[in-house]
Amino acid sequence: MSAHPPLFEVRDLRVAFGRNGFYSEAVRGVSLQVDHGEVLGIVGESGSGKSVGMLAALGLQPEGARVTGSVKFKGRELVGLPRRELRALRGARIAMIFQDPLSSLNPVMTVGAQIAEAVRLHNPDLSKRAALDRAKDLLALVTIPQPDRRLQQYPHEFSGGMRQRVMIAMAVANDPDLLIADEPTTALDVTVQAQIMEVLADLQARLKLGLILITHDLGVLAGHADRVAVVYAGQVVEQAGVDDLFARPGHPYTRGLIASIPDMTVEKDRLFSIDGTPPALGRLPEGCPFNPRCVVAQDICRRETPPVRHLPDHSAACHFAFSAPESAA
Amino acid sequence: MTRYILRRLIAMPFLVLGIVTLAFLLTSVTKGDPLTAIVSDRQMNNPEIVAAAKAKWGLDRSLPERYVIYVGNLLTGDMGTSFITRRPVAQDVLYRLPATMELVMAAMVVGATIGISLGVLAAYFRNTVIDHAARVFALFGSSIPVFWLGLALLYVFSVQWGVLPGPGRLDARATPPPLVTGFMTIDTLLAGNLRLFLDAVWHLILPAFVLGWAVAGTISRLVRANMLEILSREFILTARAKGAGEFRVVIRHALRNTMVPTLTVIGYSFAYLLTGAVLTETIFSWPGMGSYAVDAARGLDFPAIIGVTIVGGVVFLVTNLLTDIAYVVANPRVRLG
Repeated sequence: MSAHPPLFEVRDLRVAFGRNGFYSEAVRGVSLQVDHGEVLGIVGESGSGKSVGMLAALGLQPEGARVTGSVKFKGRELVGLPRRELRALRGARIAMIFQDPLSSLNPVMTVGAQIAEAVRLHNPDLSKRAALDRAKDLLALVTIPQPDRRLQQYPHEFSGGMRQRVMIAMAVANDPDLLIADEPTTALDVTVQAQIMEVLADLQARLKLGLILITHDLGVLAGHADRVAVVYAGQVVEQAGVDDLFARPGHPYTRGLIASIPDMTVEKDRLFSIDGTPPALGRLPEGCPFNPRCVVAQDICRRETPPVRHLPDHSAACHFAFSAPESAA
Repeated sequence: MTRYILRRLIAMPFLVLGIVTLAFLLTSVTKGDPLTAIVSDRQMNNPEIVAAAKAKWGLDRSLPERYVIYVGNLLTGDMGTSFITRRPVAQDVLYRLPATMELVMAAMVVGATIGISLGVLAAYFRNTVIDHAARVFALFGSSIPVFWLGLALLYVFSVQWGVLPGPGRLDARATPPPLVTGFMTIDTLLAGNLRLFLDAVWHLILPAFVLGWAVAGTISRLVRANMLEILSREFILTARAKGAGEFRVVIRHALRNTMVPTLTVIGYSFAYLLTGAVLTETIFSWPGMGSYAVDAARGLDFPAIIGVTIVGGVVFLVTNLLTDIAYVVANPRVRLG
């Protein structure tokens, strides 16, 4: 594209949790890239390491986690950056929203105070009054009616969807370049989910946000992401443009995920689901980590770790990527 | 909110009447004969003097009669006359209550400050030396008896090292300031005597610490447990993701969320402090309600005993009300109509 470094570039990120000197990796060498104004979807089951990886990228990993690899924001290395400098980026240039908007908001602070805090943390010279005015504008931006009155209310006085709007307002308070949304609609009703996605998509376009959308629901990404990274057992197993991914999934796991999206136009008795569960931390099977659940697994899959196979703008880590017979899925 | 407070205030007189009745009944069923407190042993054999004493103190009347008279007098602020001091009980109590309140409040400040700080530090630095040290400190505070601790600290700090003063509210040679509020620290300031004020504060340190330590232990363990729970909540992650520093995360976000249970414990430990004050006051020659109560009980001074009980009960009621109000203020999720 240009000589500019990408907005956000993750190279071989590894996050390990240790106990008694033994470390198990929850994130095992993830590489990703998001450009200015681009929407990257990260999809995977719970426990696949998608959230932990993104938290670690911002220095928010749980206590005792070991983070290695490289995370660059506008060319600047974040891994190993002093805490003070990371803090200056968090909430200002890089913002984050989480799954459960009720537990993500402080129950004893008014919504206005929480948004104003986000503003003032990065604009210490701003008066409280001005920060609250800004908070009001932000509430209006995420289409919350009566922002004046709402500012003085507490999170428990908001509905789930409204709370997530508050989280979004807080996240974009300082006009960030990158927004990481970790399962932003998972805890919400289906109808509300669509509204929140609309708010997110609208803001993303208007503020030209780089957006990382973490979800376990590939269906959410279909209409919203530019590119998708599929994560399994702490690794990216497939990465492609969203249309390409749906048209030509290279990894059996991706095919399984696509097949398990409910399709309202076809009448089916049962929804497809991938058998089995993802491997537990530190208990990876030999060969391809997905082989015990894979419907097309061969001997080689149980022996050798698959290489990453490439098509133009499309990669998949499967021995039979782009060549295997279409599975039953 | 105002309606809630109003409702609680309306209930107050009835609760006070309950306390009065209980105090009166409990005192009248005690075995001791109050006459022994009024009439000397030698004159006990003189029926005329005994009868005169009985008539004077109203002991010749029936219990219900005495009760009605007592409650009637109470409404005018008359709590009877002390057998021992021969002064009105109300006057005695009015003089002594501020001394106790000063001590208890100082102890509360000491206990809450130490307790909350230790609890926060212990939770943030969990399973480190700081955490263990805080736990040991808390354990000592809640297991060492107040009277032993008081004597030990007096011996070490006052007798041995001489860094802190001995018993009393002021230096024995000092002239106390004119009595206005009864709070020595306030009265010395009102008198404009800074040296005397510092002396009063100086004298408060040991008894307040002795009394506050036990409460500090309880508070620190509670704060630690609550902080641990709160620090693992998601909104703490949100605060960090906003770019908040650790100090702000801990104080503004976490500690504020632990204030609700902490306030409750602080409020309710008032009762403990009032009880503990009895022993502390005795050791530190503190002219408060505690030592007054001890003297009254020893001398079977019925009017004084009842008076102390009623005042203690009312103080407890008021602190409970204040605690509940603080609870509502600190917790926006509680809605009261």
